[in-house]
Amino acid sequence: MTTFDTVVHLVYLAAATCFVLGLHLMNSPGTALRGNRLSAAGMAAAVIATGAVLVHDHRMTAWAVAALTAGAAAGAVAGLVTARRVPMTAMPQLVSLFNAVGGGAAALIALGDAVQRSHEAATPGVQTTVTTVLDVLIGGVTLSGSLVASGKLAGLVPGRPVTVPGGRWATVLLALTAAGLAGFFVAGRTGALGLSGIAAAALVAGVLLTLPIGGADMPVVISLLNACTGTAVAMAGFVLESSPLIIAGALVGAAGAILTKLMADAMNRSIGAIIAGGYGTGDSGPAAAVGAGAPVRSITAEDAGLQLAYAHKVVIVPGYGLAAAQAQHETVALARALTERGVQVSYGIHPVAGRMPGHMNVLLAEADAPYEQLKDLDEINPEFPGTDVALVVGANDVTNPAARRPGNPVSGMPILDVDKARTVIVIKRSLGHGYAGIDNELYTRPGTAMLFADAKKGLADLLAGVRAYAA
Amino acid sequence: MSPLLMADITVFLLSLLVGFEVISKVPATLHTPLMSGANAIHGVVIVGVMLLAATATTVTGYVLVLIAAAFAAMNVTGGYVVTERMLAMFRPHREVKP
Repeated sequence: MTTFDTVVHLVYLAAATCFVLGLHLMNSPGTALRGNRLSAAGMAAAVIATGAVLVHDHRMTAWAVAALTAGAAAGAVAGLVTARRVPMTAMPQLVSLFNAVGGGAAALIALGDAVQRSHEAATPGVQTTVTTVLDVLIGGVTLSGSLVASGKLAGLVPGRPVTVPGGRWATVLLALTAAGLAGFFVAGRTGALGLSGIAAAALVAGVLLTLPIGGADMPVVISLLNACTGTAVAMAGFVLESSPLIIAGALVGAAGAILTKLMADAMNRSIGAIIAGGYGTGDSGPAAAVGAGAPVRSITAEDAGLQLAYAHKVVIVPGYGLAAAQAQHETVALARALTERGVQVSYGIHPVAGRMPGHMNVLLAEADAPYEQLKDLDEINPEFPGTDVALVVGANDVTNPAARRPGNPVSGMPILDVDKARTVIVIKRSLGHGYAGIDNELYTRPGTAMLFADAKKGLADLLAGVRAYAA
Repeated sequence: MSPLLMADITVFLLSLLVGFEVISKVPATLHTPLMSGANAIHGVVIVGVMLLAATATTVTGYVLVLIAAAFAAMNVTGGYVVTERMLAMFRPHREVKP
């Protein structure tokens, strides 16, 4: 090993250390930003070291240099612009988009490597062909699957489960085709062309697998696909015999797997059932008619404002409706007005509130909600019995007391004990169902009052109501 | 099995275990930024694209490098910038207005 090689390998090792330490620093909000910067610094070092290798080896053709720099520049600009411009509520679909292109890049590496090897006399070893096939398969499924997931969250693809006629059989057929082609490729019978066939099958399979999954399950799917991209990148690392790719890919594979498990647990869903699809109605508009079945007490914004203004302790429970209406600023403005009146305000945040775990925290933080007021499920539940008003903004299934009883779709799901508060005010557009598709028993309880409005408008009216008593 | 492959498999397995250990300690609040941060880390695929570019000698190869470079660069830059934006919003020690 020359001195140059040694230095490059040490830089790669340092970069890998930065990735691990960076993730570790993301453990707490205070150090998370530093963690991300450390990880970015490691990435920059790895890229510079690789650049130095390319210059040192002096093997690249002028066309290759042009293709690499032009592509990288275009991608970097596209990434920067979208990442800076996109509103916070659209964050999950953007992460999914970045995940898609990452998976695509990993698959293209294996494809490009196979194309190059087809011009060489030496036949690649089994470890190369097997990892090449795995990279193309996983990367391809991730690319198209993440694009569909992103489209579903952005509303470009219907959020409800879309069943393709014969979709299951088509997926099985695709899997068999891909397996057959993979066998031929590993046996050395087909070159890059056979690999392209595998890539095409993977792309179609990604779409067929993601379409039948409802919008509610998308966070879990995105997390799963994130893990897949990590694995695909690690496979690309095996193909190229590059340790930074193997290390970082495996790290992300593990991260995605853990997150997927946590999310699925919090939603009381099994990962298998989610992949099977067909669950949930997705992003439903104003759905069921108001007042079906048991009587519901509705309340005006003025009365609700009065209740809030004279409460001692208020817990705000934000949900998907708040994220959809982009009402985070109104929520925080209301909380601030109440705090100024001496009301003790906190936010009770369910692990899967919003569109991704922690998404609600990001939205509220964007609107400058003090971090200390954001409480998670275990912290806030003991506080509900001493709470005067629980204000539920666009949350549904995560507050349904039916979860405590067996025998219904939300059974066993951890919920916020909103019904233990003295009074409950629910801001909601209608009595429509949540993703679980069942009535929320909270709404028909005697202590609950419904304020039928869009979250943004309802909160603005409430704020006006509170201000009226602040004079 | 070559010693190099053996070493690669060892590194792969140990990295998986490190990932499980480091990540299982992150609180739910930070899950979205974490997913985004992990998403940025697999942007290391750009290093792979650079290594691929070093071997490309055909038109097909160049086209693949061009697309892969655009994809990977978008993943890595966008991933870090978005994570930075999310995390910059957490202000742990802000004063609550009286």
